[in-house]
Amino acid sequence: MFQDLQSQFLGSTIGGLVAGSIYALIALGYTMVYGVLRLINFAHSEIFMIGTMTSLFILVTIAPTAPFTIFSMIGILLLLIVASALVSGGSAIALEQLAYRPLRKKGATRLAALISAIGASLFLQEAFGLKIIPWLFDKPGRVQQSAPRFVPHEELFRIGNGVVRTDHVFVIVGAVIVMVVLDQLVSRTRIGRGIRATAQDPEAAVLMGVSIDRIVRITFLLGGAMAGVAAALFVMEYENTDYRIGFLLGIKAFTAAVLGGIGNLRGALLGGIVLGLVENWSSIFLGSAWKDVTAFVVLVLVLMLRPTGILGESLQRARA
Amino acid sequence: MNTLLEFDNVTMRFGGVTALREVNISINEGEIFALIGPNGAGKTTVFNVITGVYQPTEGQVRFDGDRIDGMKRFKVTKRGIARTFQNIRLFHNMTALENVMVGVDAHHKTGAIGATLGLPWHRKEEKHGREMARELLDFVGIGRVEHNVAKNLSYGDQRRLEIARALATDPKLLLLDEPAAGMNPAEKNALQALIRKIRDDGRTVLLIEHDMGLVMHISDRLAVLDFGQKIAEGLPHEVQNNQKVIEAYLGVSEDAS
Amino acid sequence: MKGEEVATSNGKPARSGFHPIDGMRDWWADAPHWQRYAVYIALIVFALILPAPWVGSFMSPDSDWTTVLIFPVGTYILLAVGLNIVVGHAGLLDLGFVAFFAIGAYTWASIGTSYGWSYWPTVVLGIFLASISGVILGAPTLRLRGDYLAIVTLGFGEIVRITANNTDAIGGARGITNVPHPEPIFGVEFFLDPAPYYYLMLFAIVLVVTFSVRLNKSRVGRAWAAIREDEDAAELMGVPTFKFKLLAFAIGAMIGGFAGTIYASKAVFIEPNNFPFILSATILAAVVLGGSGNLPGVILGAFVIAWLPERFRFLSEYRILIFGFVLVLMMALRPEGLLPSRQRKAELREGTGGMGAMGAEVAGPDSEASAEVAK
Repeated sequence: MFQDLQSQFLGSTIGGLVAGSIYALIALGYTMVYGVLRLINFAHSEIFMIGTMTSLFILVTIAPTAPFTIFSMIGILLLLIVASALVSGGSAIALEQLAYRPLRKKGATRLAALISAIGASLFLQEAFGLKIIPWLFDKPGRVQQSAPRFVPHEELFRIGNGVVRTDHVFVIVGAVIVMVVLDQLVSRTRIGRGIRATAQDPEAAVLMGVSIDRIVRITFLLGGAMAGVAAALFVMEYENTDYRIGFLLGIKAFTAAVLGGIGNLRGALLGGIVLGLVENWSSIFLGSAWKDVTAFVVLVLVLMLRPTGILGESLQRARA
Repeated sequence: MNTLLEFDNVTMRFGGVTALREVNISINEGEIFALIGPNGAGKTTVFNVITGVYQPTEGQVRFDGDRIDGMKRFKVTKRGIARTFQNIRLFHNMTALENVMVGVDAHHKTGAIGATLGLPWHRKEEKHGREMARELLDFVGIGRVEHNVAKNLSYGDQRRLEIARALATDPKLLLLDEPAAGMNPAEKNALQALIRKIRDDGRTVLLIEHDMGLVMHISDRLAVLDFGQKIAEGLPHEVQNNQKVIEAYLGVSEDAS
Repeated sequence: MKGEEVATSNGKPARSGFHPIDGMRDWWADAPHWQRYAVYIALIVFALILPAPWVGSFMSPDSDWTTVLIFPVGTYILLAVGLNIVVGHAGLLDLGFVAFFAIGAYTWASIGTSYGWSYWPTVVLGIFLASISGVILGAPTLRLRGDYLAIVTLGFGEIVRITANNTDAIGGARGITNVPHPEPIFGVEFFLDPAPYYYLMLFAIVLVVTFSVRLNKSRVGRAWAAIREDEDAAELMGVPTFKFKLLAFAIGAMIGGFAGTIYASKAVFIEPNNFPFILSATILAAVVLGGSGNLPGVILGAFVIAWLPERFRFLSEYRILIFGFVLVLMMALRPEGLLPSRQRKAELREGTGGMGAMGAEVAGPDSEASAEVAK
């Protein structure tokens, strides 16, 4: 067993960092919305899926003709990131407007909001599976859609016997840059202060002239945009997507958010990385069939033993 | 005179804030004891420590000779301590009768099995619960509204319902947190009479109250808290004339009790 | 809210306008015993007539009506009544209820095929195992906040499904075939004719409903209501809240397991994909749409959710799409469901009832209360 560990450890670690970066980006959306609204945005997983479809669409349209130069690679990746971020962010705002805002205005319970979220999630999944994917790609909606490669999945360098590929680097670097930007936005700008204030004390925030509606919209936009970035990186890395891709990834990303401390942006980053690593390392011993179970087990354990997460909750006071 | 409750050198710290500092209070069986002091002095914290919501950072709480600090809340209730809340915490969408029955249930034993099979002792307990609840509602004077939903009751009735519910757990010690808040003079008189009735019924009462008239009239003894420390204790007229107490109240100039 | 209803002398709100549901409810509450028994008998007669072919001809023209009544209709009703105890009575959000259904089904399927045990004792075992799982899941997680509990239970549901998929001893991805039928009881044989299964299902539903009603009227039901309203105050009134929450979980799990054993026999073949998350969501929707906490509403909700896609088969491709849309719409327009109890309607509109209100709004009673205890 330890031989397995030794030979596969580094490769597994790299894989874990790559997956973890994507989890972290998606987790940001969950954590921000939960921090401000105390709502688990169940449909966030579909926001991610929509981002992957956007990236896929662009790729399918332009990739066959694109050259394989470093400029075109980065250019295409940036295009995918921006486009998916915009579409996902926009979808998130639409989701908020249609599914959550009416409930918020009525003072509905979290149970009602969660059910609405589940309904929205199912609706979006099915809409894509039934109609939108066939319309976009002229293929059956319920099968996996593959993406053309535009970044070579070739070894760039080695760390010990762990192979680091070009796509690995793009994912990790891309994720880090985007997360740093978001972090700066939240800690240094007026918008960021508004978000943090609303998360901590909405009444006081209103008294300080903060428009709660606007903050909520911006929170959804940012969270959705992060999911969009994750989606672009996902499509580049794993080269496929399908209408139900959001479900499992969403739960894992939510696990990451809780693991790091819900409401805590840096926690989402940490949680994502930790989850990605733990998942990959455990599959060395348990085999890949049990990989997904690892995430759930981590989730259950974290919530049982340390529900405030590694870094503790920070966007708002912990509320029982 | 038996000591019923001993609050023994209790210190309560929350992070950087010391809410209670080496507080010593002894309450005797059968007395009406009042806890007064400016806002924020720590009075509700004392209640929370007694009922097991908080575990004291230092010190002990003894009830009837046994330590109860750190005990689970519902166990403290079973021991014989009940409380009401400063801002009424009734089960708003249940009827008055149901609210009180929840309190009576605290001493019932039947569980799911007895309930579903309709076993005889379950039926007996239910009947007993209903009767006891009715008696208690009458005791506090709101028998006529037993089928009204709690949130539809008048403010004064709600306060009395809270007391009835607390009494339903058959406490030896009843903690009343600002029971007279928001009451008019007539209601306050009725409240005084009720508190005396409760004591005459064989229970001990500890109350937090801001209305000095009520406090002076009804209490056997008082303790005064300020900034988490006990600054005076004794008979009402003694405390009234205590210099430190006067300073504590006058010194907080914005406080309009 | 206080402004909406004016209390009359007997505490019941005076209503303007036509309120048939509340009116019926008031009549039922005041009805003398003989009237109630008349209704029960009428319901039993109705249930006995229900599988009749002439009913089936318009309720289910495309497939056998009796079979549809067993699955999905009867099964969903049974599951919904069970989940109602957890979500509706105790106010706990469970998104992984399908796990208990699966545990019951797999218990009977694997033991029935591998060890040749008789059905009836194995049902008891299946119920027992399901309730143990309920306790194992609940013990560490019931202290969590409502929405966290939801996700943990979802995780548990998926863990059960994936484990079933990966464990070859219980069939793995291929599932278990040739699940035996129950042994004949009272001279009735269980084989291809769906009718005996229908009566078994009916019996199960009546049993579980009686159970649920009795429980709710007792001290247990009161405790659950108190916990939903204000858990801290309930605890301070001597209610052992954790114990009762766990009890709700275990009872719900038992019912889920029971339904699973019936399902496995009837279906003869089970596999992990029979127990997906969407089924948990569907049952939850049935409970919520029907009016959670309110038994007739829940039964109606389950019936509607189970029957509509069967009846309108041409829509079945769009089933989930419509389902999701309806969920969103219902929550926006009428979150208390089709037949809410007055109590739950009030709870849901006021933001109490176990889950609290959403953030970023002016605080409701929920946050004041936490501030109170924290002083």
